[in-house]
Amino acid sequence: MKKIIALAEHRQGELRDITWEVLSKGRQLAEGMGAEVEVALLGKGVKKLAEALKPKANRVLLVEDDRLEAFNSETYQKVLTQLITERKPSLTLIGHTAMGMDIAPALAVQLKMPLATDCIGVDVAGESFALTRQLYGGKVNAAVSFRKNGPYMITLRSGGFPVVEKEAFPGEIVSIPSPLTDEGLAKRFLQYVEAAVGEVDITQADVLVSVGRGIKEAENIPLVKELADMLGGALSCSRPVVDKKWLPKDRQVGTSGKTVKPKVYVAIGISGAFQHVAGMKGAGTVIAINKDPKAPIFSVANYGIVADLFKFVPVLKEKLKELKKS
Amino acid sequence: MNIIVCVKRVPETADADVVIDKSGKDIERSGLVFDLNEWDNYAIEEAIMLKEKMGGTVTVISMGGEDSNESLRKCMAMGADDAVRLTDPAFVGSDGFATAKALAEAVRKIPHDLVFAGVQAEDDGFGQVGVALAEILGIPHVSLVNSLEVQEKKMKVHRELEGGLEEVVEVDLPAVLTIQTGINQPRYVSIMGIRKVAKKEIKTFGVSDLNLKPEDVGLSGSYIQLEKIFLPPVGEGAQMLEGKPEDIASKVFDILKDKGGLT
Repeated sequence: MKKIIALAEHRQGELRDITWEVLSKGRQLAEGMGAEVEVALLGKGVKKLAEALKPKANRVLLVEDDRLEAFNSETYQKVLTQLITERKPSLTLIGHTAMGMDIAPALAVQLKMPLATDCIGVDVAGESFALTRQLYGGKVNAAVSFRKNGPYMITLRSGGFPVVEKEAFPGEIVSIPSPLTDEGLAKRFLQYVEAAVGEVDITQADVLVSVGRGIKEAENIPLVKELADMLGGALSCSRPVVDKKWLPKDRQVGTSGKTVKPKVYVAIGISGAFQHVAGMKGAGTVIAINKDPKAPIFSVANYGIVADLFKFVPVLKEKLKELKKS
Repeated sequence: MNIIVCVKRVPETADADVVIDKSGKDIERSGLVFDLNEWDNYAIEEAIMLKEKMGGTVTVISMGGEDSNESLRKCMAMGADDAVRLTDPAFVGSDGFATAKALAEAVRKIPHDLVFAGVQAEDDGFGQVGVALAEILGIPHVSLVNSLEVQEKKMKVHRELEGGLEEVVEVDLPAVLTIQTGINQPRYVSIMGIRKVAKKEIKTFGVSDLNLKPEDVGLSGSYIQLEKIFLPPVGEGAQMLEGKPEDIASKVFDILKDKGGLT
């Protein structure tokens, strides 16, 4: 029987959300192909995680080894190369995450397998797949196809696919012997480093005023900071502001920063790249100010204002002062 | 420490009005400003800082037409010693894998201890080329690097994970590192600086210089191909507030009051 293998992602003892997303999409594709879906779980002492995965797939392929305690693309690649070569799935699904980006391109080269990365849409198309990706930071979508015959590998955008609840599989856990030996590795995992705690915890704020690339210069940050203060809220930002060192990392909202759920989120000069939206889509009400009417932020915001922030924010501050008094 | 940096020239689209062209397979490029890919800007800066500290050379490689010389010269103005452009009609249509194959053959021809690439490109966003390049070369890689330290024949690097978490990894050299934005503060390049390197040679390699067959690269050497592009479907979308700025500001006040935004 045809099969799809999805790779489980876990870190510090917990399965990551992407695992359920990849499995849910894997199951949907498997149904369309008349295939089975299997999930590969690599780790040390992860039987509990295997039990949690069992209802979500026809089979959990469990590879346990002390050397798999933390993710390392080198050990993962050795294990997955053997697993995929032996089990011959038609499709291997991996999340386009920090882990997936470190393993999938190398694994695909080694297995001589066509790879499509960071897909936001995957549909069965005969013996192949029709894919949707994004170009130019999400300004444009692209329909993409494979040029060669399978088996294929696809990485899925994190948060890009819903987790659909379906009837549980009876499931089974199949232990697979690890092919790893004590042979030295060219890459060694040393440790995790937790994010530094800042003076303000933006995840606890009821009101966030968030600033993006549109602010143009570090000198302009106070313009937005004052607005945040007036609203009794905290100041947060998107990635480019942190990259440029205009605000510290603990203020960053998004995939590589914080996930926030304020009652009100005011996005100023933020285009709304997917990585940012992933961190703020749980906000109660989103008000976006951007000069580009096509900015993706307007498709997630509740209220939109097309304006030059340098002109509009001062007007807004004046008005707030005036109306707060009355 | 001899370092090779793989770079790409891309259109700046973050603030631009993007229009799909007649072919339906690309965006209208006239009127767009082109520059060095943002991730690559950090990668070249990191390479030059290492060279300044430890000596050695920095070579930049880019695949592209003559337009790409502009980005290569920017890298040389920043401090790169040599530049190589991979150019051949056979490269047209290359996906991430085909691009990695061509880069790998070029890298093999240049002595190196370390290869840098940006995590991804602003245009096609594959996030694939650097890691695939390492595998083709048969050397280790570390992706999403946001800080690094050279040690004896190895490096200690931090990888950016999700949610502010990082992991620390040790890797033997030579290796490929894909560089994340924010790792440093790229230096500013003046017009004078670019003029100074205007006459510097940029070597070009075609398919025949690279131990490749034309069918290894371009569309025929690629695993995926683009069928068409389209504007992303808009969801329900925001209720747009229109009118005079003062009136919009009043509406925003009402919304803030109503939704708990005035504390």
